[in-house]
Order: sequence, then structure tokens, then C-alpha cells
Amino acid sequence: MSSAAPDVDRIYLDYQATTPTDPRVVAAMEPYWTEAFGNPHSKSHSFGWEAEEAVERARAQVAALVGAEPREIVFTSGATESNNLAIKGAARFYKSRGKTHVITLATEHKCVLESVRDLAAEGFDTTFLPVGPDGLVDLGVLGKAIRDETVLVSIMAANNEIGVVQPLAEIGALCRARGTLFHTDAAQAAGKIPLDVGTMKIDLMSISGHKLYGPMGIGALYVRRKPRVRLVPLFSGGGQERGLRSGTLPAPLCVGIGEACEIAMREMPAEAERLGTLRNRLLAGLEREIGGITVNGSMESRLPGNLNVNIAGAPAEDVMMAAKSIALSTGSACTSASLEPSYVLRALGVDDEVAHTSIRFGLGRGTTEAEIDATVSILARAVAGIRGNAAAE
Amino acid sequence: MSAAPVYLDYNASMPMGAAVQSAVSEVLDVAGNASSVHGFGRRARRIVEDARDRVAALVGAAPAQVIFTSGATEANNQALRCVHAAGVAVSAIEHDSVLAAVPNAERLPVTQDGIVDLDAVEMAVVRLPKPFLVSVMLANNETGVIQPVADVAEIVHRHSGILHCDAVQGAGKIGIDMASLGADLTTISAHKMGGSQGVGALIVRDGLDIAPLIFGGGQERRRRGGTENLPGIAGFGVAAELAQTHADNCADVASRRNRLETEVRRFHPRVDIAGSNTERLCNTTCLITPGIDSSTQVMTLDLAGIAVSAGAACSSGKVAPSHVLIAMGYDSATAHSAIRISLGPSTIEDDIDRFLTAWRAMLVQHDLPASAA
Repeated sequence: MSSAAPDVDRIYLDYQATTPTDPRVVAAMEPYWTEAFGNPHSKSHSFGWEAEEAVERARAQVAALVGAEPREIVFTSGATESNNLAIKGAARFYKSRGKTHVITLATEHKCVLESVRDLAAEGFDTTFLPVGPDGLVDLGVLGKAIRDETVLVSIMAANNEIGVVQPLAEIGALCRARGTLFHTDAAQAAGKIPLDVGTMKIDLMSISGHKLYGPMGIGALYVRRKPRVRLVPLFSGGGQERGLRSGTLPAPLCVGIGEACEIAMREMPAEAERLGTLRNRLLAGLEREIGGITVNGSMESRLPGNLNVNIAGAPAEDVMMAAKSIALSTGSACTSASLEPSYVLRALGVDDEVAHTSIRFGLGRGTTEAEIDATVSILARAVAGIRGNAAAE
Repeated sequence: MSAAPVYLDYNASMPMGAAVQSAVSEVLDVAGNASSVHGFGRRARRIVEDARDRVAALVGAAPAQVIFTSGATEANNQALRCVHAAGVAVSAIEHDSVLAAVPNAERLPVTQDGIVDLDAVEMAVVRLPKPFLVSVMLANNETGVIQPVADVAEIVHRHSGILHCDAVQGAGKIGIDMASLGADLTTISAHKMGGSQGVGALIVRDGLDIAPLIFGGGQERRRRGGTENLPGIAGFGVAAELAQTHADNCADVASRRNRLETEVRRFHPRVDIAGSNTERLCNTTCLITPGIDSSTQVMTLDLAGIAVSAGAACSSGKVAPSHVLIAMGYDSATAHSAIRISLGPSTIEDDIDRFLTAWRAMLVQHDLPASAA
């Protein structure tokens, strides 16, 4: 353990909540605010054309990251909207053909669960599949759950709390063989691990800008064209995005997510290895300096930049209070203000006590070895204090 | 043509000024999810709430009444689809995002001047299944004609209905006050008032139940899921503050716009300016030049370095004539010869001169000014 004092005032280890916008992305976006500021749907002048060209270039960059064609990419305001559009849009479209059943996982992001519940209120039959103690879906269980009337299976690529990566290619093959659509929420996975809509037989995929060093307020939905997936739009208007998503496209934000995808694609192999090494160093440090550490979810099938651990005897709230210089979380940002135990951890079969002593570490592009070492020593002090107080009581 | 092009399409999108740009850029450098509890997250939350205060102030609302959305299209759809209403009526000149949100809504006619017909509103509210909702815009995006929203509100509320007002084109051009407007739901868009594209707001009066259109992690008081677009929202806050100043100074814009209209009329008396007999936004001219197709006009002007549009941006690629002009009683051929010129706070006299030069040259090319010459 390095004895050097941390050279940082604050350490950001919450990259699964949001990532800073990469300066290269900001630089790419700026001209579309200052010079080419037109409405990309204005067909009558060069301000509009320039913005439109930029949007189409960005569409191709996003498509390339996941092995799609540019025209299969629909821009949205973010992954939440993409998930709503994919799940509700497909279910509503195919309902008239007797497709009235939707399957998802108990550990999905809130917006997926809420979208499926919204469908239940509309009369759809819904199945929330359990996961194993490792956080992974059981393909046998999934196979049994799929019925003739199942319109869609929505299973996330990588979990936002425990970073567990689902067996996408196997799920895709199963769904294709059984004639049901496969949607995956890839907000956490896109740009972090290789994804290919062709080999993984993915029909719909949600992508977020601000989770891959792009801007907030922009996302994308991949919608397969062959065989074509049909959706009912969430909202209507000027008919932009081939009628699937009306509203003026924010050209600078489209440029931003496009650039972010291109950078992520180029740097992914080296960055994934670097983050995996740092993450393993973090885990080894925690085990060595703190002890009583158990990892939540599969360590083998996991995003390189994620660690979610239980620290025995140290309530997460107390740890975070005692280590305020480190930005950590107990789980999803959406629910991090509530003291409810994580439903994701509960789905792994973790009891409430363990869920309350679990912390999520999100590592990313700005994370350094010095930060990891500093984190270990700060947390070691914090946990020693908490455990000491508990012992004294 | 070496000079920078003249941008006269502010109703499609208003470029971000320096103050908004720097607010957006500053926040782009801040990492933080506004729902996170740590210091980064709390800072993000403050940015969102500060902007919410400013946006609320622009329309005379309370901050808690503001729901941030991805833009006006989303806000209009949420207003029309997520409030419980058995009957819906919308004016015939609404933006596509209102018309398409409830395709089978009753269409309220407008007068030749482009003003919603209040007698028709009176009749509709009696006829509509209850509870009912009416949507009338504050100012039309193509003609700039200002609608009698307060009068509509009086009628709607007398029959216990709900009123939505798409105020996208009004904000930043005229003062908006939720209370005197009387709307229960109001839509505004950031990029139409110099904020960034990708942000808008729906303002909902207290006590009105509205369901989310986008479900998610419970953001925006459970009325709109999704991580807040932090830089966009920060820019919106600054733009909202500036919008008030722009609205206060719109007499300057009006004088430029009026000069443009006087000059075109003098040059060719057969031009028609839609809605010019009634109260309009200070910046908008819907100019009909019979005999030249609007797509020819916008292309010719673009070549001359003048950016205008043939109508709303989202439909400006379509060949269908403007539904707004058709609703005002223009025939299809006339509607097909209209262009929209929309000025902004940075439009200068020279821009008007350059427009006039290019426009006159176009008419000469088409042998049109002879009668006046």
C-alpha cells in the first residue's frame, strides 16, 4: 500500500451514475452551438443542412459501435426514453396480433421495470424473471417463460449496480428461435464491452450518451430493419426519425454521442484492460486492508469498471459519510436518496443486512492507480472507525 | 457572396448567445448525476434547481410546477395524452406535435386573420365529452398571430375544462404570465428562445394530476423519468432570464420587421402578409408572393445567402401546403407561395437590407415587380 497522501481532493468513483463529458466530445460539439446552429430539420437553408449532415454522421458513428446500419439508429433524449420506446412501442404495436406477454428481469433498471408495469396496467401479461446468486439469468428458466404470445424479452446487457454482463448471444439465439423480440438496455455496456446486434441477434438496443462520456440529454435506440421491428411511437409531432420519434433533434448532442461512440470503440480494448486491472487492484486492496469483503454478483461476467462489494459490519451510509471525499453510491442514482435496500441485491438473494453494507464502485476513464490506492486507504480508515465504534457499543 | 449568411429563421431555432454557451460549457465539465447523493450529485442538483427557478420566473410559475422534458414535442404530447380527458379539442393551426398527439381531437377553426374562433370554442366545450381538454397556442409559429388565450381560458374554465397552451413561440417575444394566461398546462422550448436543443418544459398548475409519458427513476417528482440533461437545463435557465429582456426589447425587432414589410409591399403591392391585420409576434412575417412557389423562393434566397423557411421546420421538407394558411382560408396555390421570415434579437438593419436586395432580385427574375415599378 502506498503511503503517499492522496493527490486528489475528491475522487469520483460513480461512473455508472454518469460519466464526465470527454473534452474531445465537447470540442466536437461546440461548432454546432456557435456556427452551424440551425435546426437539423430545416430543409431550406445551409444552416439546416450543415446540422443535418452532422446528425447523420453521428448516426453512423453510433451504428458502428454496435454493428448496426445508420438507418437502424433512432436518436432519443436518453436511455430512459429509449427503453420506454422499445418496450412499450413494440408491445403496443404487436398487441393486435395476439402478442400480449412481456418478459423482463427482476434486476433491470427502474425505467425498464416501470415501462413493463405500465404495460401491465394496459392489460399485458408480464413476467419478471429471477436471477441466480451471481446475478445472471438462467437460460432454462427464460426458455420456459417464453410463450407463443410473448412479444418481447427485455434483458439488460450489463447491470447498473453490480455490473454483471448477461449472456446476450445465448439470449438472442433463444429469442430468435422462439419468435420473440429481444430488447437489451445497453446503457451501461455500450462503449465498455463489445456489442454486436448481428451476432447477438439483438432486435432493439438502448444506448445512453452520458454513460459513455457523451453529453446528457441524448440517447439512441437501435431498431432492427431485417427482419423489421415495428414500434408505436411514444409521442408524435413533426414525424422526425422516420416517425418513430418526433421533435427537433438536438444537433450538438447528436454530434456528442456520435463522437463519444467513436472514441469508445477505438479505445475500448486498451481501456477495458486498464480498468479491469485497476478494479482488481481495488478489490485486492479492500480485501487486504479491510477484510470481510464479499463481491455481489459474478466476478467473471462483469463490466471491467464495476465493483460492488459487501463490507461486513460497515453500513454503506456510514462508510460514505466517513469517506466524503470519494463519490460512491449504494446503487442506482435514481434511488440512491432512498434508504430502501437495493432491489437488485435482494434479487441475488442477499439479505437486507448485507444489502445495507454494500457499496458500488464505478471506475472510468479518469480513474488512476493513485486514486484507487487512496480510496483503499481512506476506506480502510473509515471502516476501522465504524467497526471500532460498533465494537465499543 | 462572401459575407456570412443572414439567418432569418429564428422560429425554427434561435442560436445560443455567449452567456448560454458558457453556461452549457461550464456544466459539460461537471460530472454528476443530479440524483446522486454525493458532492458531485448535489452540485448537479443545485444546477437543475437554479435553472428551474429561472424558467419558472419567466412564466410567473412556481418552480415545483416546472417539469423539464426533452423538448416541446414531448411536453405537448404529455400535456395532451397524460391528463385525464374524455374529449379533446385543439385549434386547427396548432403545431404538428399538438395535432399528432391526439389525431382524432376536434379541430377548432380560426378566422381569416388566423385567430381561433371563440364562438367555435364556446360550442365545442358544450359538445365535448367530459372531462375535456382544449389546446390553443400562444402565438402561431408560421404567422406569429397571437391567440386570445385568456379568453379561451375563461370559456374552458366556465365549463370546468382544462386548457393547455403551447407557448413555444411566445416565450422570449412577449411576456408570459401563467396567472393572466389562465392555462392549466403550458409548454415552452429552450432552443426557440436561445437555449440549447433537446430541452423543454411543461408547466403544470398545482392540483392537476398528470401521468408521466416517459417512465423511469422517479425524476421530476415522478412526472418524467430519465437523468436530467444538466448542461441543457443550465443553458435553459440562462436563456429564460435573457428571454425576458428580449421580450422587453421586442419593439426594436418589430421596427425592423415592419420596415421589411413596408418595403416588400411598396415593391410589389400584390404580396400578402398573412395575419398582418391583427396582433402578431414582433419578429414574424408570413410573406405570400403569388406566382412563385415557396420552395423556389427559399432556394433562391438560400443561394443569395438568406436563410428563411417555407413553414415549420419539421414539415419544411414536405410538399403539403401549410395547414395554418389553409385553415385561414387561403387556397392551396396561395399557401404554396408563402415563406416565413423570422427575426431575432441579433438581427440588424443590414440583415433586412440584404434580405430585401435578394428578394427584389428574385421578383425581378420572375418579372413580378413590373406593376409597381
